[in-house]
Amino acid sequence: MAQDIFSQVNLQRVYRRRRLTNKIMLGLTGLMLVLALIPLIWIIVYVLIKGGRHINLDFFIHLPQPMGTTGGGILHAIEGSLVMVVLASVFSIPPALLAAFYLTTHESTPLASAIRFSTDLLAGVPSITVGLFGYAVIVLAQKHYSALAGGVVLAIIMLPVVIRSAEEMLKLVPPDLRAGSLALGAPEWKTAIKVVLPAAAEGIITGIMLGVARATGETAPLLFTALGNDNYEIGKMIKQGIEHNQSIFDVLGRIFEQPADALPLTLWKYAQQPYPERVEQSWAVALVLMLFVLSLNILARVWIARRRSALQ
Amino acid sequence: MAINEMKKTIGISTTKERFPYQKKLATWLQHGDRIWSLLLWLSGLLVVILVAWIGWRLWIESAPSRAEFGWEFISPWAKASWNPALDKFQAWPSIYGSIVTSVIAIFLAVPFSVGIAIFLAELSPPNLRAPLNYMVEMLAAIPSVVYGLWGIYVFLPLVVVPIGQSIEATLGQIPGLAIVAGGHIPVSGLSRLAAALILTIMITPTIAAVSRDVLLAIPNSQREASAALGATQWETIWKVLIPNGLSGILGAVILGFGRAIGETMAVTMVIGNTTGGGYSILKPGYTMASIIANEFAEAVDALHTSALIEIGIVLFFLTLILNAIARWLVWRVKKQVMGN
Amino acid sequence: MQTQTLTRKIETENLSVFYGSFKAISDVSVEIYENNVTALIGPSGCGKSTFLRSLNRLNDLVPKTAVAGKVLLDDTDIYAPSQDVVDIRRRVGIVFQRPNPFPMSIFDNVAYGPRLYGIKKKSVLAEIVEESLRGAALWDEVKDKLDKSGLALSGGQQQRLCIARTIAIEPEVILMDEPASALDPIATLRIEELIRKLRERFTIVIVTHNMQQAARVSDYTAFFNMGDDRAGYLVEFDETDRIFTNPQQKLTEEYITGRFG
Repeated sequence: MAQDIFSQVNLQRVYRRRRLTNKIMLGLTGLMLVLALIPLIWIIVYVLIKGGRHINLDFFIHLPQPMGTTGGGILHAIEGSLVMVVLASVFSIPPALLAAFYLTTHESTPLASAIRFSTDLLAGVPSITVGLFGYAVIVLAQKHYSALAGGVVLAIIMLPVVIRSAEEMLKLVPPDLRAGSLALGAPEWKTAIKVVLPAAAEGIITGIMLGVARATGETAPLLFTALGNDNYEIGKMIKQGIEHNQSIFDVLGRIFEQPADALPLTLWKYAQQPYPERVEQSWAVALVLMLFVLSLNILARVWIARRRSALQ
Repeated sequence: MAINEMKKTIGISTTKERFPYQKKLATWLQHGDRIWSLLLWLSGLLVVILVAWIGWRLWIESAPSRAEFGWEFISPWAKASWNPALDKFQAWPSIYGSIVTSVIAIFLAVPFSVGIAIFLAELSPPNLRAPLNYMVEMLAAIPSVVYGLWGIYVFLPLVVVPIGQSIEATLGQIPGLAIVAGGHIPVSGLSRLAAALILTIMITPTIAAVSRDVLLAIPNSQREASAALGATQWETIWKVLIPNGLSGILGAVILGFGRAIGETMAVTMVIGNTTGGGYSILKPGYTMASIIANEFAEAVDALHTSALIEIGIVLFFLTLILNAIARWLVWRVKKQVMGN
Repeated sequence: MQTQTLTRKIETENLSVFYGSFKAISDVSVEIYENNVTALIGPSGCGKSTFLRSLNRLNDLVPKTAVAGKVLLDDTDIYAPSQDVVDIRRRVGIVFQRPNPFPMSIFDNVAYGPRLYGIKKKSVLAEIVEESLRGAALWDEVKDKLDKSGLALSGGQQQRLCIARTIAIEPEVILMDEPASALDPIATLRIEELIRKLRERFTIVIVTHNMQQAARVSDYTAFFNMGDDRAGYLVEFDETDRIFTNPQQKLTEEYITGRFG
């Protein structure tokens, strides 16, 4: 009889052992989390302290000084990052939103599956490979490095991030809203742009923020597309344009066609230079970059969480 | 007319007011919906094409290298040599570097990630859950270069060098293991070990977040059934939830492996970047991603460029396959759970 | 229904259960007798399931649950701090509304409980599995495919597998939360037959929204209703025959004759 067998087990001893295992293992998972968060806090605190010392107004409004001299700023990198991230946003956001609309209106067509699959694959393609692609397609064709090439590769990096979050956010829009507009006879595209998009706007903006954060932090794809440029200064280019009476397109062309620098690119170069001043400055660049990227991330995630709980 | 006024305000074109050919055109376009569908379709297609285009383009650009070196290029048994001056290129040392650093990172990251996933999905008090999730996601969001900078000046001297020295003193003394764990770690700490440890930190949040989602997707009835039989919380986690989500967690691990293989900047900054270095993890080396990052901009020779692009294509296909497998595994467990 | 001497197995004293600030059941005092089937009936939302789940502390799994009053199992309060929840759940098993076998083999499903208590020998486990499956009237249907997944069985079979899984740890009480509501009529009939048989070995408490089922399978019936504050409370508890033929409360009569609920 099973009953006999069961009563042979020393239940109290078994319980004690199991309770102990339970406590130890559950405690271990908590310990794992704490250990994993140590680097996070370590990095943030260290960068804040070390980089904070070199942050001042000059740092933001001046170009770099020649190697080996102190002072100078990272205006070139801030402007370069700005230009390339704006370009990346212009290139990636419209197709990303349209693709997300496709996914929400055509849930299960073969193309929808293919898009979802490709989006996941694209998100997994190493950014350095995307850089090689940008080099082959744009730099080789134009025969020079440029902010434009940097913007294109960053757009490819942003694309899957924006598609994914936009799809999720569009799905959260109550279907009645869309049906209501269509029932009034409004065409699909007007419904999408005037009804669905505004309803999902906050969520989509957070998705774009995540994409921008990702693109701003990327270095590898810029190494051989934007290359770097210590003298990248938009103000000067505009001034020259005005002096020579050039059209706005010429000026824009020069802004986009020159090699450009970016915050992470500058950080990378400074970190490995033999001049201690440059290394010190690289911590300040890290501070600026990290604060920007992390605050975008946190802001976006808090918004997404709020929106999700509001809709459920 | 009142009706036309209404139509205007809700955005319907009042076709009656137009000329016949315009009306025809508007109808044919279904008031713009045909163009709209076409735009949606094209944008979707763009994503699909982009992946193929990247692969195809790199394949074309790597032609000279492929023609020159053939399969020898990636063979572990071919004579390893990377010499731009002699136009000799063989990728095995960097492939080895990628594999060894990523494998070590995975082995170290998995217990942490699964532990974190369990804590976040099953144990965390509700009011701690959101902040902890944010912190794990922040760990994933810190830019790679920042990891690299912190790695060079803080993590390597303070953590990696001591660990390297103790590995050298223990594992390095075992005859069979000396080849992978022998030799002195450089004082700078620049080594494959440094890359592996930085990668561990960087991929842990990725694996943890996906595993957490897998655990959260398992229905509560499974937890109740186990608890009702007198299982402790750990027994429920270990004997029911983990086996239930195993293929999804495996998917998360493979995803993390793909991340590790493709990670560039932090690795380039701490691995030392040399084609020598034998097989020891205590020595500097290259990974596929880091050799491209380090040499591509300075490569003037066409064959050198092409060889680096060929490494890029190996990297591309490897991560493509890993991601496809990972996606399939995670998708399977979610589907199975939904159907349950 | 005439029974021999009645032994009290479970007794609740003024039991109230709260989910956060919401009171789910209020001041329930009931006695449940050994080797009898006690049915809990009442309109949906009246707290039957909450009451049932408080009998083996399964509500502990729901965050922010609080309990007031007592649940005495063999005269010991199961909510006393010294009580081990794991031991209580071994002694008081539960079968859920929807069959929820683990995604593992039939054998492993049934052996899951015994293994937790340190029984590892294959021959012993095999004996327990066979006996439990026989006890749940499932053995003949599955004896040749014990290594097949539990999920491959039909709904009714899955539910009997869950019953086998529960009796494998030799509980003293089996709680059943609408065990047949997700099943077809034939599978329901088999479960009801099984309940009558299990009564010889176990004390059974069953929640059902089907009054005919309560009348068919139970010896005692407790009728719950939802109060004005939306908290469930006990209206009447008596032998099943009396509840269905001669209820003392007007509300009970109205409910069993289908005039409300």
